[in-house]
Amino acid sequence: MEQMISLAVKAIFVENMALAFFLGMCTFLAISKKVQTAIGLGIAVIVVLVITVPVNNLIFNYLLREGALAWAGYPEVDLSFLGYISYIGVIAAIVQILEMFLDKFVPSLYNALGVFLPLITVNCAIMGAALFMVERDYTFGESVVYGAGAGIGWALAIAALAGIREKLKYSDVPHGLRGLGITFITVGLMSLGFMSFSGVQL
Amino acid sequence: MSKTKDVLVTPIFKNNPIALQILGVCSALAVTSNMATAMVMTLAVIAVTAFSNFFVSLIRNHIPGNIRIIVQMTIIASLVIVVDQILKAFAYEISKQLSVFVGLIITNCIVMGRAEAFAMKNPPLPSFMDGIGNGLGYGAVLLFVGFFRELFGAGSLFGIEILPLVNNGGWYQGNGLMLLPPSAFFLIGIFIWIIRTWKPEQVEKPDFEMAPNTKKEAA
Repeated sequence: MEQMISLAVKAIFVENMALAFFLGMCTFLAISKKVQTAIGLGIAVIVVLVITVPVNNLIFNYLLREGALAWAGYPEVDLSFLGYISYIGVIAAIVQILEMFLDKFVPSLYNALGVFLPLITVNCAIMGAALFMVERDYTFGESVVYGAGAGIGWALAIAALAGIREKLKYSDVPHGLRGLGITFITVGLMSLGFMSFSGVQL
Repeated sequence: MSKTKDVLVTPIFKNNPIALQILGVCSALAVTSNMATAMVMTLAVIAVTAFSNFFVSLIRNHIPGNIRIIVQMTIIASLVIVVDQILKAFAYEISKQLSVFVGLIITNCIVMGRAEAFAMKNPPLPSFMDGIGNGLGYGAVLLFVGFFRELFGAGSLFGIEILPLVNNGGWYQGNGLMLLPPSAFFLIGIFIWIIRTWKPEQVEKPDFEMAPNTKKEAA
């Protein structure tokens, strides 16, 4: 239990997806002009991560890993080179299913997340979490916690950035830095702040 | 011929994928703490972008519109697998350092963006060139950031010592910040500033116009 909590804290703060690994930067920078939309996107990312990381974990452990096909009678088969294509396929499929499911059963949430869901397929944070999960060899339980933690961390970062940018639009920024330039520098400063969590011993 | 050159050169400064189109920033930052990984990453992205553009363009007239994203994704993912396997075979050390970021080329918006925006509408050869051009534009930012981070952070370039560090008996005190993630953001911010000072037409319109200074009359 303790180990799970420390894994979650680590995923949210110390190894923040956006600010320490720069994952999901494209959407992070493009969709952080308003707090409202940023939070919507953040929640969508959390939902997708909580589902896709454990599913990819199962696929890796029972289909792709070296010797994983022993239950089917092929103990020497190693399919791990197919990893990338299967993870991205799983992510795309789950996002699609989630979209249809929400549309049918939870239309209010669907309307709130609507435009962001398809965007999430190409969000590096989702793919990145799946790859980190494989690289670090998480168990199924750990992968659920890690997926949730990584999603919450990313949502936190984008909500914070959107808050700063909403204030920032009233300020007089040097011409060349306007828009994208100053956003990068703001993210740099936020990242510097999050660096202080790296001293946390768990 | 001049059109080919145009397609190749425009993305480097005029329409840089990272600085102007906000594409593919994710991996741009994490691999730039030294030149060697930045270089390998650049080459990998150029190869993937160029070939995915080429193949997508080859079959562009046969892909049904509503499943085109999946088809593009499959082509890109297959190419990335090839690149990953080549790196593992010939540059194992560097492929370990790049860790998950080779895989993340799949979700790199540059590749997908160019396939969708350019290769779906143009014949194979120009698409191939466009892929190389955008890869180079991405590489320009990567190498710029990598150059400063490695030179000022570790006092070396490509692992060769340029500024002898204090702990090795030299005179240069390494700047630790440069090796940490935030410095990459600052450097890209500065890179954008330089490009936009040079090409002012890229400057974004402000959301609010500053009111002219009113203090003057009072004074």
